Parts: sequence; structure tokens; C-alpha cells
Amino acid sequence: MRKVAGNGQRAAEGAAVSSRLTAHRSRLTGDYSGTELLICLVARLMENGKMAFIGTGVPMLAAALAKKHHAPGLLAVFEFGGTDPALDVLPLNVGAQQTFQRGISAVSLAEVMEAAQRGFLEYGFLGAAQIDPFGNLNTTAIGEHARPKVRLPGSGGGCDIGALCWKTIALVPNHNVQKFVEKLDFMTTAGYLDGPGARERAGLPRGSGPYRVVSNLAVLDYDEKGRRMRLHSLNPGVSVDEVRRSTGFGLIVPDNVGQNGPPTAEELRILRREVDPHRLYI
Amino acid sequence: MGSGEGALFVRPDADGFREHVRRNKPHSPVDKRMSEQEAVGRFVKAGDYLATDLYGMVRAPMSLVREVIRQAPGDLSIAGQGGMDIDLLVASGLVRRIDNVYIGHEVFGLSNAYRRLAASGKVEVTEWTNAALAWRFKAAAMGIPFIPSRTMLGTDTFQKSAARSGPCPFSGQELCFLPALAPDVGLIHVHRCDKFGNAQIDGTGGLGFELSRASRRLILSTERIVPESAIRRSPERTVIPHYLVDAVVVARYGSHPGEMCYEYAMDRPRVQEYLKAMETEKGQEAYLDRYVRGVRSHKEYLELVGGARQMRKLEKDCRGR
Repeated sequence: MRKVAGNGQRAAEGAAVSSRLTAHRSRLTGDYSGTELLICLVARLMENGKMAFIGTGVPMLAAALAKKHHAPGLLAVFEFGGTDPALDVLPLNVGAQQTFQRGISAVSLAEVMEAAQRGFLEYGFLGAAQIDPFGNLNTTAIGEHARPKVRLPGSGGGCDIGALCWKTIALVPNHNVQKFVEKLDFMTTAGYLDGPGARERAGLPRGSGPYRVVSNLAVLDYDEKGRRMRLHSLNPGVSVDEVRRSTGFGLIVPDNVGQNGPPTAEELRILRREVDPHRLYI
Repeated sequence: MGSGEGALFVRPDADGFREHVRRNKPHSPVDKRMSEQEAVGRFVKAGDYLATDLYGMVRAPMSLVREVIRQAPGDLSIAGQGGMDIDLLVASGLVRRIDNVYIGHEVFGLSNAYRRLAASGKVEVTEWTNAALAWRFKAAAMGIPFIPSRTMLGTDTFQKSAARSGPCPFSGQELCFLPALAPDVGLIHVHRCDKFGNAQIDGTGGLGFELSRASRRLILSTERIVPESAIRRSPERTVIPHYLVDAVVVARYGSHPGEMCYEYAMDRPRVQEYLKAMETEKGQEAYLDRYVRGVRSHKEYLELVGGARQMRKLEKDCRGR
């Protein structure tokens, strides 16, 4: 990750930044990074006039891009209470000043979670160490819970987002068989649990659940009948076979698999010049 | 009725809490200013359950946490919600039980101290979520023994929690019942308060509202003391009224090396130094020896990390409103 330009330094760095921008401009129609593609794919999923539960990293950049590109009325809500901030400087932490700077409110964790429980939050974004065919996620532990091989941070708000948002979108920047597994070591966050109707039987809100998985290889969704993961559309230059080989369980592959377009010049321009000009994340 | 199999470290006791509040909380205004040594010495005991606000490297009560580690009351339980504050407590070896919510550093990566402690098997961990923790505090704040919710259902997080599940008595809807959590000690860093502890927080409240009400004992650290008249001029800004507060510790730059909104920015080189040190057990001990156990007070700590000059730089790095 690049160093954050402190605000005191920022004026002094202005010249350097604008020369970097010139360098970027020449790349606008050319190549793009994997992170930039991921951000664009996520941004395209976000509709105008909805509320999105945003964490630091890709979801935040995607929300900022969506707002400036096609969804000016998208409301970004940060976990610790910041709502609809200016996002002209990107936060590194879900409670940081930038999550509410010149926003509409800065209340509390409980307030945001209660809004999600009341049904206000359309989109929720989730990362994970493991994801299974039903979109259930592990962010707690690899190995035995009592004595884990790798202790991961835990749910944080992940399990809440998976329970309470209408549509959850899982982000997997490194699609491989270690990530996409038939069986999780630990189910931190509910996807479709073990199939159709299972969420409702468990008591989770009606009509909520996993919506998409966005990976470096493809966008995936879920088959309506069995609630299992299905290939939706391929990222540029990726084959069906490559996605299959990189997935540790049988993936449903429909006859008509879509194609995801590369980032457009307009998306890249906004992303590089307006969303993350200091290159904190991209 | 479903039941998580995790240990319940603090049993809900609504009547006990009422009696505690009646007997021990300072109902009328008294000057509660004291040194961090006195506050921690008087209000944090071995075997206590500790909880902190806010999150990550933002408005965390770092100076108080460092003092807790210096005084080293053992056998602690903690609400495992946080970044560097919780990470340091985990690294200190004082913690035996964790209500885990999230221990890590977000974009800066995993907590190596937690990873080592968990792999050793020397800590008992019960799983919860951010909402569950906020609502458990809320239940305690409301003076009730539990609160129903719709989170955690169907997951291993529930299985390894100490929550229960069952039908709503009115609608039949399946719910997750979260037990009230009243920590023995809450540690909260605020922007300003008066000498009685009437406190204001700028920016997001995090868990502060609920935690301040749920805590049996509450230690505030504050960037500055303001006169009571300043509080009375804008009472709607008081997030924590004095009757909740047991001790007030003045700790300018108390969240260092984390940020304090509108006051000072995160000290990134110091954070990087910390994260690097925590990669190994040896580095971790060296860090604790130098920056925590190697100083006698927050004042000495500030001198060690660059003193007034560095703090002014961090103030400049912070944006205004």
C-alpha cells in the first residue's frame, strides 16, 4: 500500500501529484490493474438511490466511483456511524475522520446496525478467507476453533452484514481453490446456509442474502433453485475452464455465460483522478 | 431453543447492576480528576472484564491501556473489539478470556499477537459480532438482562457464542437473544469533559454511548478539561453525563499513535514501527519494554515518541471540519 499523504504535506506534494496524474492520463485507454477492475465491477452493481454498507478498501472506492459515475444518490454508510462523507480523502479505518468528514451524520455502531436490521441497507460487502458454494464465509479461523492454525480477526460486522443487508456482495481478489472451498473451517457469516429456505428457517430476514461474488476472474451469482454458486460473467481474458480449475467445488456453468467489459476510459479517469488521486489503494 | 456453546464470561444481573449503581456511582458532581496511575490502580483489578471504545487506531484509550499493562492486573477478560488497544492487551499476556468480535488492523493486516495467543490455546474465546457487542452493551445500558436480535442466526459464530435462539413470544419469529454485557471497567477516550466527567465526543460515537452506560466502573481519559459552564452552555452535546463516570484522567494525545478526529492524525511511522515489531514475539516484547513498561507515565511516553514538536506535526496533518 502506498503511503498516505498527510494533509500538511499535501500542498507540498501537489506538484508531484499532478505530474503523476499526467503519467496516468497516458494510460487511461491502455492497461489497468486487477484492483481497478475489481472496483469497477463492484461499482457497476450499485444502483442509484440505495444505501450501501461500506468497509475500507475496494467497497469504499467502488461506492465513491459509483457516486461519481452513475449513482449520485448512493448513500455510503460506514460501520462505526459515518454516513455519506465527502470521501475526498480516503479513510484507512472504518471509524476514521474521513468516514464522516462533511457527511450527513456521525452517530454510532448501534445506529448503523439497527438501520440494517430495520431494512435500510441494500448492499453489504464482505471479504473472506474462505467461501463455500452457498456463499457462506469464514473470517474467524483456519483449523480448529479452540486452537487454530491461523486465527483470523473474527466476524467484526461481517456476520451482521450477511444477516441484515438485503444483498450481500462477496469480494475475492484472489480466486483459487484455497478460497473457494466445498466446506468452510468455520462459518462466520451466513450465505444461503445449506440451501433454499435455510436462511428463513434460521430466522434471518426474509428476502435477504448473497447476491454476487466479484473475483479477479469472474462475477458469480446463485442459482434460484438450489442456491448454489453459478458463473455469471467472465472477466476480460478469462476462460470458463480457468474459473472451474480455480474453484474448489462444482460450479454451476450456464449455457450463456456473460462477459464483463474492462474498465471504461471514463471509469478509470474518475477512479484515478477523482476517487484515489493519491494512490492510497489503487 | 438454540444455544451457543461458548462461555458466558459475564452473567447478566440486572438487579445486581441496579444495586451497584445505587451504592457506588457518584450521583452528585464530585471532582474526579486523578492521575492515570491512581485511576487504574483504584478501578482496575485482577480478574476484571475490560472494554474499550472506539475502534482500530481511532480514539482508542491508548494511554489508559498502556497504564493497565504497566500495573499488570492479571487474569483479565476483554471485549475483543478493536485494533491497537486490544492488540496491546492481548500482547501483554494479561488476558485469559476474550469475547471476540474483531481483533486486527483492517487494511494494515492481521493481529500477530492474537494469532500467537490463539495458537497457544492459552486463551478462551467466545465469538460475537459488532452488532452483538453494541446491543449487549445496549441491553446492560437499558437495565435489562438480554436483547433480541436478528443477527448471528444459523452460523458457527452463533455456535461458538453464548447467545441463545428461540421464538418471539408475540410473532413466533425466530430470534437471537443476546445477553446483557456489563463490563467491570469501561475505558473511553473523549475530546473534552469537565472535572466531574460530563463529556463530549466529536465525530462518530462508536460504542461510547452504550459502553459508558453499561460499565460498572468507567474511566474517562480526555484531551482537555473544560469548565462546567461550557458543558452547561450546550448540554445537548453531552454524550456521557458525570454520574456514569468514576475517574477523569487528563491525557492530551491519549490516542497516540492513533488518530483523534479534528485534533490530530494517526502517527503513521509509529504505527508502522509497532506493526513491524509485533511480527515476532521478540519484537513484541521489545516494543512493550520500550514504549509501555519502559516509561512511567503518558507524559514520559509522549516525550519518547517525539514530544510537543511531533504532536504539533500530527495536529497539522489532521484536517479541520
